[in-house]
Amino acid sequence: MYVAVKGGERAILNSHKAVAKKRRGDASVPELSVPQIMEQMGLAVDRVMTEGSLYDRELAALAIKQAQGDLVEAIFLLRAYRTTLTRLAHAEPVDTGSMRIERRVSATFKDLPGGQVLGPTYDYTHRLLDFSLLEEAVIEEGETEPEAEPLDGPMPRVPDILGDEGLIEPEVDGPGSGSGGDPYDITREPMRFPAERDQRLQVLARGDEGFLLGLAYSVQRGFGQNHPFAGEIRHGPVMVEIVPEELGFPIEIGEIEVTECQMVNQFKGSKQAPPSFTRGYGLVLGHSERKAMAMAVVDRALRTEELGETPGYPAQDAEFVLYHSDNVEAAGFVTHLKLPHYVDFQGELELVRKVRDEAVPVGAPEVTPDEACEVLFDGEPAE
Amino acid sequence: MSLLKDAEGPGGGDAARPGDPHYNFAYLDEQTKRMIRRCLLKAIAVPGYQVPFGGREMPLAYGWGTGGMQVTAAVIGPEDVFKVIDQGADDTTNAVSIRRFFQRVTGVETTEKTGDATIIQTRHRIPETPLKADQIIVYQVPQPEPLRKLEPREGETRKLHAYSEYGLMQVRLYEDISQFGHIATTYSYPVMVNGRYITSPTPIPKFDNPKMDRMPALQLFGAGRERRIYAIPPYTSVKSLDFDDHPFEVQRWDKPCGLCGATDSYLDEVITDDKGGKMFVCSDTHYCEMRRAAGHAGPAYETAKAIDLVHDDEGADR
Repeated sequence: MYVAVKGGERAILNSHKAVAKKRRGDASVPELSVPQIMEQMGLAVDRVMTEGSLYDRELAALAIKQAQGDLVEAIFLLRAYRTTLTRLAHAEPVDTGSMRIERRVSATFKDLPGGQVLGPTYDYTHRLLDFSLLEEAVIEEGETEPEAEPLDGPMPRVPDILGDEGLIEPEVDGPGSGSGGDPYDITREPMRFPAERDQRLQVLARGDEGFLLGLAYSVQRGFGQNHPFAGEIRHGPVMVEIVPEELGFPIEIGEIEVTECQMVNQFKGSKQAPPSFTRGYGLVLGHSERKAMAMAVVDRALRTEELGETPGYPAQDAEFVLYHSDNVEAAGFVTHLKLPHYVDFQGELELVRKVRDEAVPVGAPEVTPDEACEVLFDGEPAE
Repeated sequence: MSLLKDAEGPGGGDAARPGDPHYNFAYLDEQTKRMIRRCLLKAIAVPGYQVPFGGREMPLAYGWGTGGMQVTAAVIGPEDVFKVIDQGADDTTNAVSIRRFFQRVTGVETTEKTGDATIIQTRHRIPETPLKADQIIVYQVPQPEPLRKLEPREGETRKLHAYSEYGLMQVRLYEDISQFGHIATTYSYPVMVNGRYITSPTPIPKFDNPKMDRMPALQLFGAGRERRIYAIPPYTSVKSLDFDDHPFEVQRWDKPCGLCGATDSYLDEVITDDKGGKMFVCSDTHYCEMRRAAGHAGPAYETAKAIDLVHDDEGADR
């Protein structure tokens, strides 16, 4: 054996120790607790729950702590744990219409039944570093002024208001919501194409926020002929219900917080259908409007073909979007390039030498390495 | 919610069973293993055909062997003897990591000896020692679709396989010949399995392709990220694609292994100094050690010892 690869086992154990030490940092600084992360880094917890596709604040916070704040790594940790859990039941579709609203805004109507509820948002903060946070703040109770009247509930969803006039396409029931059988389950079945909307929405819901954000931006900016309006964004807790077989009626098993975004999009109409507005839908666990909005824009883009439009942009290509949006898969495959590839590389070395020997007869003008590489490495990356 | 569920573990505690009691034997739950075994049976029944399967997240990153691990988890039993290689070597870090994982979740015996193993999980190599009928070799597969570089869409490639429409691949090989005078593919060299499906041999060097043909051992392939399983049953024909006037050839070296003197093994290049010095050594570390233990020595053995690349006591316990 040669030194380069000898002692792998000992090196791995030492590496585990090194990373544990790095994670803890300076021991004179108090250790971060999981409840602290749950309470004070709630939006990070929400992202990890959403893309880890497991609603469990404590485990998500633990994953963030264990991953040293690397959220993609934390998402991976949560997914790997999730896969070992038993599936006990399928929940009924959650009714976001009866959400206990914490925030609800619409960009399409100035006022609407239920009103606009600003709630907690960074939208209108000035992005100035708040140096007072450098010190531990004294908690002041009751800073927010209470509502004069409690919020009305339930608040109708904006697309439903448009729907009453027939101006927006009706929401068609997907599989599983009626007699159509179970919805597609991306955690149990491999990806299938053409992908129906249930499969697409599941992939988008756990897709990487940054990737979807970029795709949504591309649609808006010019790579996707569609102007979306934020029909409504709402955030708050919703009830989760299941129907146990032995009971035959739904029972509430708990509450989860979600953010929902319904985009209203233009549709020119076709031979079969008059012009109307169309929907794009986004739903994430916890509070993340950026992700929910990006998801809704991309959902609409992926409906290009079913609406009879001509696809032509990356965000409208289901295979491209769905296969590449999962950051656990993407991170794994990109970083696997760190693994040794010297067997394949040896093959390439041998080939480069052989082709160069054949291509450059003695005394001929030299081929520059750049030219040689151009010919040889043309589209054949190692795996 | 309490973290107790974590301590208890999804597999429940079964003290009599070998391996980590916090996890089910071989990590995956029994239903998942059964699902994978059904896919394996289908794959064996249709050699070279890529069977979609409901791949699960594994506690190892995608692209690092999750497909191979799921296949291994589905077929491994308490009596098995397990070997893992990466680039031919038993103690490259990822091979060590996978071996440790299965040691932990199954408690099975592990080995570095090719002949003693009942299951060999591999990345990028087939051992030099010929495999036997009672062995299973599990390949880790980064990209199961041999046509992917020619056609990026899964919907299309599945049709191409269904119709045996493989002209694209022949044209690609032909273009190599017209440009370079020979086929310029050195690894992932496409094979035709059982005269029906063009199949990716995974990124093994083409040097290893002939070993796949009519191999007595069962060959299983797992692609975790792409969620595909395929198989080559024992004694199945595996033909590397070529042309009558440009027959398939494997790599040859004009030097033997520097350590053991082997002339029949795949060699890796090792840089020995910063003045262009290099030597060639077997990529299959067990094969090399076995030969040295049997008294063979290569031309660079003394040099290698002098610069601490190799020690005399190695191979003694193998």
